[in-house]
Amino acid sequence: MKLLNQNITDQYAHGTKHSLSLTTDAAYPQSMVQKTALALVAVGLLLLLAAAFGAANAQPAAWLATALVCIGAGGMVYAFKQYQHRQAGIKNNGVYQTSLTARGAAAWLLALVLTGFYVLLYWFPQLLGLGQNGAANTGLVHLFDPLSFLLKKQPASQWFVYGTLYTLAILVMGFKFMLKYRHNRYQLFRTASVMFFQLGFAFLLPEWLQRLHLPYNDFKNMWPLNYYFFFDWHLNELLQSGNIGRFMLFWGILMVVLVSPGLTWFFGKRWYCSWVCGCGGLAETAGDPFRQLSSKSLRAWQAERLLVYGVLVFALLMTALVLYTWFTGKAQVWFLNSYRLREWYGFLIGAAFSGVIGVGFYPLLGSRVWCRFGCPVAAILGIQQRFFSRFRITANGGQCISCGNCSAYCEMGIDVRWYAQRGQNIVRASCVGCGICAAVCPRGVLKLENAPLKNREALHIRQDGVWLPEENLF
Amino acid sequence: MHIAIIGNGIAGITAARYLRKLSSGCHISVISSETRHFYSRTALMYLYMGHLTYENLKPYEDRFWQKNRITLLHDHVNQIDFTQQCLHCSSGKVVYYDKLLLATGSKSNTLNCPGHNLQGVQGLYSLQDVQLMQQHTQGITHAVVAGGGLIGIEVAEMLRSKGIGVTFLVRENSYWNSILPPEESDMLNRHIRAHGVNLLLDTQIQAILPDEHGRVRAVMTTTGAEIACRFVAVTIGVQPNVDFLRQTGLEIDRGILVNQYLQTNLPNVFAAGDCAQLRQPLPGRKAIEQVWYTGRMQGITAALNLLNRETAYQPRIWFNSAKFFDLEYQTYGNVPPAPLPGQTQLYWQHPDGQKCLRLVYQTQTGALQGVNALGIRLRHDVAEKWLAQQTPAETVLTQFSTAIFDPEFTQPIEQALLNQYHLQNPGKQLRAVHKRSLWHTIFG
Repeated sequence: MKLLNQNITDQYAHGTKHSLSLTTDAAYPQSMVQKTALALVAVGLLLLLAAAFGAANAQPAAWLATALVCIGAGGMVYAFKQYQHRQAGIKNNGVYQTSLTARGAAAWLLALVLTGFYVLLYWFPQLLGLGQNGAANTGLVHLFDPLSFLLKKQPASQWFVYGTLYTLAILVMGFKFMLKYRHNRYQLFRTASVMFFQLGFAFLLPEWLQRLHLPYNDFKNMWPLNYYFFFDWHLNELLQSGNIGRFMLFWGILMVVLVSPGLTWFFGKRWYCSWVCGCGGLAETAGDPFRQLSSKSLRAWQAERLLVYGVLVFALLMTALVLYTWFTGKAQVWFLNSYRLREWYGFLIGAAFSGVIGVGFYPLLGSRVWCRFGCPVAAILGIQQRFFSRFRITANGGQCISCGNCSAYCEMGIDVRWYAQRGQNIVRASCVGCGICAAVCPRGVLKLENAPLKNREALHIRQDGVWLPEENLF
Repeated sequence: MHIAIIGNGIAGITAARYLRKLSSGCHISVISSETRHFYSRTALMYLYMGHLTYENLKPYEDRFWQKNRITLLHDHVNQIDFTQQCLHCSSGKVVYYDKLLLATGSKSNTLNCPGHNLQGVQGLYSLQDVQLMQQHTQGITHAVVAGGGLIGIEVAEMLRSKGIGVTFLVRENSYWNSILPPEESDMLNRHIRAHGVNLLLDTQIQAILPDEHGRVRAVMTTTGAEIACRFVAVTIGVQPNVDFLRQTGLEIDRGILVNQYLQTNLPNVFAAGDCAQLRQPLPGRKAIEQVWYTGRMQGITAALNLLNRETAYQPRIWFNSAKFFDLEYQTYGNVPPAPLPGQTQLYWQHPDGQKCLRLVYQTQTGALQGVNALGIRLRHDVAEKWLAQQTPAETVLTQFSTAIFDPEFTQPIEQALLNQYHLQNPGKQLRAVHKRSLWHTIFG
């Protein structure tokens, strides 16, 4: 082999030409049906956009139904055609050669659109048409009034619009995800679960409760992810709503102190993060095409620990002060004002981090930015998973070939290969148990397991027959 | 002490890592002209298919090497002066060593037919090969892959991922049947064809035909067919990359001859990985094993011996794995392509034809001797324990759930295996042993 020029590897690092099509799987070019389906989705989105400018004011119900059906049906037909004639199996062809999934121009554009939507949603809902001071809704929010009246006999809010689109995204992209991983029953069950919890627990049930004039409650949304759970207005609302309200309060606390530690002990934090949680649900379905974008560097891991536990401390402090205020009526503790603090938490963490950055940056930083760097529930469950859980990802002896698929497709940025190639089980606080590392492994090296604690972090590797102890030098 | 390592593949790099692990004092240099940093050769196909980037292929971050004081030299060794103990590099640099590890890996075998060196004809081994393949396959519609081994099927998959039509020429009358028993081999024939590959068995390349620019235009097969194509992948195996070491004092057969301590005939010179050939191969194993994990094991063994900690190379139970398109393959122990005398085989195949399992055991004692699995993941340590302890096949079958490594919720196959055994052995009634009670399952 002759000495080659230095920049060959640089060409791989920087010289990739991106395709602007949605997927670059040349083996399965898009059919006419697929293109039509995609056009249908575009029509649905255009209808929403037009409605935002008042185009649907006369006939919101028909307009909304058309838009949602276009997006839903178009998306599902597109996905179905994409996988219909393909052998079941891992097909990440072209992921790093497609603009949308490899941080190309399409990704930046999508990030801009998503981020912009979140900015409007959180800080300028009137621009989406939310009626101010009791006025009727207009524009996009008005478009969703018919559905809102149908479900809860009240006009829509920007959050109803958001919840509907969010649920639609999880259902359509969840359907696509199930087709993509149809050979893997863990993925099928898990995805069915997040779709069920989003549709039932996060969307329909709370709306139905409101129809009965009961407090809005998402029974699976746990404090401190649900950071307003202990806010005065929320506690008062629950306490004023009779037995059901008291049950909601009791259940919310039970989740934190008993249900979640118990389930985490048996199954790891995956029972929540990749089976139940709505943030996780979106990340696992709509975010799946972007999972490979999470950074695996040591630096990112350092930043992750600083940030996620920082947010946890912030959430604990804020909640403690809010409760102090609720019990004592005093808002000021030393230099901290509980009202100020919770406003800041809502702005910085609730809106900017979990919403704008968390989802808006999917196409740039990967699908689990919020879960990895910000979610306080993930932080708590992570500590439990690391120290008080039977969950681990088992590394299968000496089978690893260091190919790097597991690390690349870990949405939480865990360098899975680092453990797998030394034959060590993976026990990490951040692992959400999505199981994709095991799915993409070409050699059957990884398996998610709940098992007795003995040998939980074992090194399995057969070195050379003399059983060298692996010192932790590397 | 300065230890120089030629080659930054899995053997050389593992040796370097273990040298540093075992000795903080020695100087370690790794010289390679392929890439500056260690990358996973096994993942080259994913680079081409766009599953991974080159950065993803590196198992360690770039700063790892400096942190562990392993000097990486991106240079090519032209010549070794074994008496002066120095390496002459392309850049003109001369590197002196106290001890030397040769881990130069393999190179692709080439055809010896007309047109074998035309433009668009290549093997697949190095990063450069992948880059060349990217150039050669740009915008083409048809390619030929010649050679029915593990690399051939990978190249076929790579090409198919780009929508390129593939004709796959296999010398044998069934894919990889020099290694696989007929049923497994046949399952793969079907699988390959299901992926749109035109699989031609009993066929080899007779000649490669050029166009007016000296690029491949078509392939003439031994069956007399002419297949139009713009790319030919020659995947007929690899051989030790040792040509530059011939005509020196180093004893070389096909590879660099080493003893069980991986020492060559020259003082202070060791060899490991694909380029090394054991003078006395271990029982039932080959003298040259071009496998990722044996490279790793030899790297560790070489590191110990370089530091005078005499350690023989002793891989334990043979195992291997591969992925053929979507079908994963694992093998443990010894599964011959045809049953040997005194052996009995149990073969079970899922009705959908997408997974199968084969147990090979001694007819007399029932002792397990080998396992093949396609589409089923097995637990390495359980399989190894069974083989090492010569566990009777009946015990293996009743405890088979402990060896399953498939994702959770995968449909169990244990009962189907037992049924197959009962079918083959009328009168037997085995019952699956549940490994733990429910109480233990929940409370550990």
